[in-house]
Amino acid sequence: MPDLTCRLAVAGRVALAAFGGYAVAALSAALMALVLPFSRAEAVSTGTLASFAILAAVVIWVFAARTLARAALSLGLLAALLAGALWLAGAFTTAGAA
Amino acid sequence: MAWLHTWSGLVVGWVLFAIFVTGTASYYRTDISRWMQPELTETATDPVAAATRAGAYLGRVMPDALGWSVKLPTAEDPAVEVFWWKDQDGPYHRALLDPATGERSKARDTKGGDFLYRFHFELSLPPLWGRWIVSVCAMILLVSLISGVVTHRRIFADFFTFRRDRSAQRGWLDAHNVVGVLALPFHLMIVYTGLVTLAPMLMPWGVQAAYRHDGLRYYTEAGLMPQMRAPAGRPGTLLPLGEIVSRAIAAAGETPETLWVTMPGDAAATVTAIFEEAPGLAHLHPQIAYAGDTGTEYARTGHVGAATRTGAVMIGLHEAHFAAAPLRLLFFLCGTMGAATVASGLVLWTVARAPKGASPAGLGLRLVRILNLGTITGLPTGLAAYFLANRLLPVDLADRADWEVRGFFAAWALAAVASALYPPARAWPVALGVAAVAVLAIPVTDILTVGQARFLGFDAAMLVLGVLLALGARIAARRPRTLRAPGTSIPRTAEA
Repeated sequence: MPDLTCRLAVAGRVALAAFGGYAVAALSAALMALVLPFSRAEAVSTGTLASFAILAAVVIWVFAARTLARAALSLGLLAALLAGALWLAGAFTTAGAA
Repeated sequence: MAWLHTWSGLVVGWVLFAIFVTGTASYYRTDISRWMQPELTETATDPVAAATRAGAYLGRVMPDALGWSVKLPTAEDPAVEVFWWKDQDGPYHRALLDPATGERSKARDTKGGDFLYRFHFELSLPPLWGRWIVSVCAMILLVSLISGVVTHRRIFADFFTFRRDRSAQRGWLDAHNVVGVLALPFHLMIVYTGLVTLAPMLMPWGVQAAYRHDGLRYYTEAGLMPQMRAPAGRPGTLLPLGEIVSRAIAAAGETPETLWVTMPGDAAATVTAIFEEAPGLAHLHPQIAYAGDTGTEYARTGHVGAATRTGAVMIGLHEAHFAAAPLRLLFFLCGTMGAATVASGLVLWTVARAPKGASPAGLGLRLVRILNLGTITGLPTGLAAYFLANRLLPVDLADRADWEVRGFFAAWALAAVASALYPPARAWPVALGVAAVAVLAIPVTDILTVGQARFLGFDAAMLVLGVLLALGARIAARRPRTLRAPGTSIPRTAEA
């Protein structure tokens, strides 16, 4: 029977995989929609189609990482980088964007 | 990774089983609908006159609608299916019209194969709830498939391993591997493309980032939808819909599949003619939009780029509309293997954790066993009840279509509760036996009540399914759980 810390670590990974994974996938979809050198609609389609593969990869990676802290840290860094790139791409210039 | 595969598979297994079974049945959605409305026979119809009559009917029931849709009749599917709605969020009213009179069809009221199709991605819940639950399950399945592949580094050797005689657990494990790996490309394809079909709801952030509040523009720029017009805000007169159909036939050289009327009472009403998918894999319906009052064409779907077309091909692969009979059968068999993979995985979970000797089963194990029984044997029983209700309920019963659905859920719930209360050792053979009898009753009932030669294929399919369930019941009766040989159990994957 696993002890409490183990259970909490599992719950933490599940939460990180679900919410962190979705956040990274959503940010990448938005970023690709803005920066890919195709027409606007094509860039949106590419980002949306790829986002599910990114989500799956992030989830797998969160469960494969050695510790939860390590997974959380690198995921936070990745999300921050994506958000920064989105900001540079002008996604946040008016209210209500992704 | 083994841990991830085991537990991610368990928590969504029951919903996935239902999704796989109803989705696999949906490959034959039109055949099921046809079987469930035996009054509709193949007849030559005039789509132009039928469209005008349907428009007149809709003009009577809801002239100030937000939208109407009219599925035009074809020789094989002679009914005119109409929908009308006042609000984007529904309710969406539906009726089946007789193409010759434009009045409600006398055919029995049923949801037909569409019920299974919608259950496949909405689970009969409010659409948004159902679609999100199904999507979360699909995402977990994708993760489970990837981690399942990682788990089996010996995946190729495992594929040729079937140790049915070793122990119950080895047998179930090998069965799970065989059906899982044999159709693995299909499983990966179907789950990813399934997510893509719901992408506008799941992943709207690309559209949001690029188009802000004008999300509809994405669909017109991508070539998926023609440009729409803003409402004029004053009443107008709509041309007879048949006139639009004639123009669409002249413009495109083929009869449209569906007409989509936006704001039929407005001066800027639009009638969009939606055509069949062009031959090929992509799920792309060419569309031409006509001004409702003058009938002049003002927009049509444009060029579809490579990325958008890739998405359309994914949706096309998921729906397999392109597949002719042999390929459709292959898709059906792969879907069946998907359901079998889920079911064998669920059973394997309980077999691997069966207590040795006389020690009692824990609460978790008992719960999983009950849910396994209730889902794997209850769903076929419910489906059988759905088809039987279609043949046995009075044809003119009020809310008949809803009663069929109630029959489905009532039989499923009853079968699940009964099998949960039954002594565990005998529950599987009895529950499978009940499902087998219910399914075998379908062809008998059909021949006694309707008895048309064109339904022999459907009846034969039910016969095969019933015999398979009966075989399952026999095998379950012959192989009690105690067969497990001592000392052969592999380490519990949970601790690996």
